[in-house]
Amino acid sequence: MSILTYNGSAMVAMKGDECVSIATDKRFGIQAHTVSMDFPKVFEMGPHLYLGLPGLATDIATVYEKLRFRKNLFELRENRQMSPQIFGAMVSNMLYEKRFGPFFVEPMIAGLHPQTFKPYICNMDLIGCRNEPVDFVTGGSASAQLFGMCESLWEPNMGPDDLFETTSQALVNAFDRDAISGWGATVYIIEKDKVTTRELKTRMD
Amino acid sequence: MALAEICGLQDFDTFSNEAPLQGDVFNYTKNFENNMNLGLPPFPKFTENLSHLSKDESGRELKIKFDHGTTTLGFQYQGGVVLAVDSRATGGDFIGSQTMKKIVEINDFLLGTLAGGAADCVYWDRVLAKQCRMYELRNRERISVAAASKLMANMVYNYKGMGLSMGMMIAGWDKRGPQLYYVDSEGTRTPGQVFSVGSGSIFAFGVLDAGYKWELKDDEAYELGRRAIYHATHRDAYSGGIVRVYHMKSTGWVHIDNNDCMDLHYKYQQQKEDSLNEV
Repeated sequence: MSILTYNGSAMVAMKGDECVSIATDKRFGIQAHTVSMDFPKVFEMGPHLYLGLPGLATDIATVYEKLRFRKNLFELRENRQMSPQIFGAMVSNMLYEKRFGPFFVEPMIAGLHPQTFKPYICNMDLIGCRNEPVDFVTGGSASAQLFGMCESLWEPNMGPDDLFETTSQALVNAFDRDAISGWGATVYIIEKDKVTTRELKTRMD
Repeated sequence: MALAEICGLQDFDTFSNEAPLQGDVFNYTKNFENNMNLGLPPFPKFTENLSHLSKDESGRELKIKFDHGTTTLGFQYQGGVVLAVDSRATGGDFIGSQTMKKIVEINDFLLGTLAGGAADCVYWDRVLAKQCRMYELRNRERISVAAASKLMANMVYNYKGMGLSMGMMIAGWDKRGPQLYYVDSEGTRTPGQVFSVGSGSIFAFGVLDAGYKWELKDDEAYELGRRAIYHATHRDAYSGGIVRVYHMKSTGWVHIDNNDCMDLHYKYQQQKEDSLNEV
């Protein structure tokens, strides 16, 4: 048993044309036992900046609070907004601080640059090795299934509606093949002038 | 060899076998004659040493188990026996199938449920089906549930300690009326009124024990079984898919229905909301 799959999670972020998406399941379980079905794993860190934390539930809470603190401190000191790129570097650095006793989360970031609104996604491993692909990132216990779905569904330059459909289908069909994630899903579509949050109707077993 | 012949020595090579393959053929096809005869592990004292096989050379656990998580239940009531099962098959966290049949129709008056190792359950249920049919042909009457369950228990007991993993219920209707037995690979065999087996059984029992009474009507009994399995699939990650309900009557078993867990969930949720609004 891996500690990264102790609570179970499924998360995906995708790049579109002038928009990005991030979607997560809502399960919090202890191995096979589903404890709750509304556990937050994706957090709004800024107007166009979302942070996803798949992995061990206790570390999700800790890492989120630590990152919120560091980001607020940065923005107060510098008096400017953090771009997703810089936020990614900060997350990566913070995780590497715990190189020999890591937090068991594999964060992903989805956002638009505060000035240029250029789409950005990235994910990293639990000690902060960053990956910045052009298409999509996956995470959680269903990441293998998500890779399969994303590889076949993703295409370049999708508008917000197509991006929502693609992200939702990828997530739902991936976690339907994973026993320890699912039980509801939330999809965020991040555009220049608005962020749309939708709850998906999913299988509950 | 030529020297031996000149010297008049026949059968010089006393260790050569006339038909060296015959022994092999016999040994490798024992299972054709007797389905209860499985190949034995190729090392001595295997019941003690079999555990070595569950780890690889670097000490990692080898995954030879499939379909470990399941929820099955069965209970007796005034109308006979109701069996209800889920349909998910998992290997680790991966869902291998959402449509597995975990109730085996042994004959018109016998049903078996599977939990544990899928291959173990399917194989031994099939052997049991054969044994029951043979009994019927030999004795011109159907086998009793007690006898069938005892056959099963004795067959798997031969392999105790060798890693068979199964927990099953056998339900039937014989001369003595409706019957329900629990049999597992540890050798347990016990008759009873209410059983639930599998990783989701703790959740199923919660619903089942709360709603169970002997006087249940048929429809109430089906709904109780269905609900118990649904609640188990909801809370247990290794159970899910379809809820299948069977009823054992005096006229033989009847397949009541199959319901997708997703449909059941949203139906029950709606019912809950409606009942809240009524008050």
